Amino acid sequence: MHVHFLDPYHPHDSLIHRFDPRIKLVLTLAFILTNGLIPSGAWPVFILLFALILSVEILSELGVGYVLKRSMLAFPFVLAALPLILTIPGRTMFSLDVGPWTINASYPGLERFISIALKSWISMQAGIVLAASTSFPDLLVAMRAVRIPQLLVSIFGLMWRYLFVLVDEATRLIRARAARSGHSDHPNAKTGGSLSWRARVAGGMAGNLFLRGFERSDRIYMAMVSRGYDGESRSLPFPAIQIANWAILIGGLVILTLLILIAYLFWG
Amino acid sequence: MHHSIEVENLTYAYPDGTLALNDISMSIEPGEKVALVGPNGAGKSTLILHLNGILSGKGKVRVCGLDVIKENLGRVRSSVGLVFQSPEDQLFSPTVFDDVAFGPLYQGLPSKEVQERVDEALAAVHMEKYKKRVSHHLSMGEKKRIAIATVLSMNPEVLVLDEPTGGLDPRSRRSLIRLLQELPLTMLVSTHDMLLVRKIFPRMIILDEGRVVADGPTQLLMNNLELLEAHGLERP
Amino acid sequence: MLPAPIAMHIPDGFLSVPVSIFFWLITILVVGYALKRVGVDLGERQVPLMGVLAAAIFAGQMLNFAVAGGTSGHLIGAAIATILLGPWAAMLVLTCVVSIQALIFQDGGLLVLGANIFNMAIIAVTVSYMVYRSVQKLAKGQPWGIFVGGFIAAWLSVEAAALATALELALSGTSPANIAIAAMGGIHALIGIGEGLITVGALAFLYATRRDLLKAGEAAPARGNLVWLTGLVLALLLAIASPLASSHPDGLEWVAEQKGFLVSAQSPLFKIIPDYLFPGVSNSTLATILAGILGVLIVFVVALVVATMRRRKTTLEE
Repeated sequence: MHVHFLDPYHPHDSLIHRFDPRIKLVLTLAFILTNGLIPSGAWPVFILLFALILSVEILSELGVGYVLKRSMLAFPFVLAALPLILTIPGRTMFSLDVGPWTINASYPGLERFISIALKSWISMQAGIVLAASTSFPDLLVAMRAVRIPQLLVSIFGLMWRYLFVLVDEATRLIRARAARSGHSDHPNAKTGGSLSWRARVAGGMAGNLFLRGFERSDRIYMAMVSRGYDGESRSLPFPAIQIANWAILIGGLVILTLLILIAYLFWG
Repeated sequence: MHHSIEVENLTYAYPDGTLALNDISMSIEPGEKVALVGPNGAGKSTLILHLNGILSGKGKVRVCGLDVIKENLGRVRSSVGLVFQSPEDQLFSPTVFDDVAFGPLYQGLPSKEVQERVDEALAAVHMEKYKKRVSHHLSMGEKKRIAIATVLSMNPEVLVLDEPTGGLDPRSRRSLIRLLQELPLTMLVSTHDMLLVRKIFPRMIILDEGRVVADGPTQLLMNNLELLEAHGLERP
Repeated sequence: MLPAPIAMHIPDGFLSVPVSIFFWLITILVVGYALKRVGVDLGERQVPLMGVLAAAIFAGQMLNFAVAGGTSGHLIGAAIATILLGPWAAMLVLTCVVSIQALIFQDGGLLVLGANIFNMAIIAVTVSYMVYRSVQKLAKGQPWGIFVGGFIAAWLSVEAAALATALELALSGTSPANIAIAAMGGIHALIGIGEGLITVGALAFLYATRRDLLKAGEAAPARGNLVWLTGLVLALLLAIASPLASSHPDGLEWVAEQKGFLVSAQSPLFKIIPDYLFPGVSNSTLATILAGILGVLIVFVVALVVATMRRRKTTLEE
């Protein structure tokens, strides 16, 4: 059985893979928070943060290329911040006359735009490393540790278990539709049908998926009840966190705090 | 007159690198009925998905004289009707009529023609009375027939089926076999059901580990017990 | 402007920290309450049902349909979830979907997850519920109520979520309010139609196959009143705030600055180091170069260590 194409977890025996998942989750969130707090234009700090996450990527043996490629996913969203170049007041970069309007691009605007893009890109890499170096069951443990309610975590677990099953079903539905999407040589033919028909067909497929989901959940419930399920999710208590992991956590938080302080002292 | 199906040196690897199909070649004449057999994981379903361009690998695939490439996919899918293993994945419309009409509707045919096609297809599978029924509530045997009808309504030249008798009780199975015998189309069927093969398919192709290991008259191959056992098959 | 699936899930870095935290707080409160309510309404069946439906919605978002020129529309799912499960369970289901998308697939950031959940699981669901229940009441139980209600609920849920996203971006100083609202609101007005049509298609399928499943959306009136009211209030707020912010973009930024939402460039707290050490080369540039060198050194050392450890491991294995 192949690993499902969707699952980003890549098992390796790296240092990062072996960290306690709870520590990893906390550090990832702290890293992203740090990124968020750095003021616009503090390039040296961004460089250091990037070096930091790059080092983690190397340590994780996931392949820097892999992480950087995946991090390009959010790239289109950058367009949302593009107008900043034109709307933030400040030293003018260039001025364009377009018909009756004058478009002013400013340096502070450009600075802000690039800062946002960098923050986002660096934060995303942290998220990728977390997901690729931590198995989902471990992530569930980490979620419990940060006090996410057991009910929600149980739903997560079941969702994950059936995610790939349902994605496969959706894939087969799409293939079945493709197999019947043909082109005819009939003189009056208008291939593809109307837009609203296509949307309704997609809806029918979704309905099919949901219906099978309902019925499947009935069967799962019966199986769970047969094993004594009564609505309460219980699990084993957590293993203790080892000293080495505490050290990493504290070390990491110290470094991040330092970076925030430096950033505020010089660019805040 | 063109071959119905022509595969030349087809090789296909999954995204993670494992080779699913390894240098496969075969050709099927119009009107032939051929069975594709082999153990699980041999690549039968993967091969089938190449015949209408859902998957594409290295090598040549030609159906009804058309190269299976992006530009031709529309016509390819009208010429080759693919029926998948699980009807659940193929009956995704509210009523039987809607599902069987999908093909002609997508082709953009005028609505009178669509009606005719649906009636003909349902008649071919002996399910005329099921037009207004809800697919989801039908039995497995009925669903399998409707699934075949959804493809017949496009008037294909070739019918390709993946495990048509899988999951059927003996009575439904017998009636499906009779149905397959009746349909005059060129047929390629992937199956474990060796009785079905012996009954309907004069030619048999054995696939194992992504390669064609035998291709010949069913009667001959069925008598070669060593060959069958070596590739996870049983004589019926 | 932005492809549909990415336009709604905000990545990290695009919302300011105060805005992110603010929405985390609201989300935690609301989702916490939803957890309690679901426990009461659904009983033991909750976990398998919601888990599988969360998976179904996630998978359902793969079911696209060709729109025009290579683009495609697809389902987001808040309305259909609300109709099938009722508002509280739908909130939990959508929370799971959005969270897994962020955590595992980086579709949406982690710090901004609170806001994303608020938009797609809370706003979209409450607005859907408000619309659907209202239309059902109007239809007095006739079938058209299901389909018309479903369509409008789906459309409005997408539009409301989009407007909320735009306002959050504007409040954070990431996007100017007028552009964000116009762009998000405009594009999603169209995308919402697609969502509406798919929702109707799904409802038609379910109406034909398992009509009983469509009853859940009509939660007993007394129980659902809070959600209905919230949905109405949120919809009205968005309807008022959006054109207002759109026409007075500076106003929104002024508010943001006053409340400290913007992390804007101000003069440094201390002037420890003078601005220039050499003529023409600002200390800022120097610092950047130094940081660059330091960064490269760090990465190099780490790479070296990893390579050495790997070599030692293989020699040990020989």
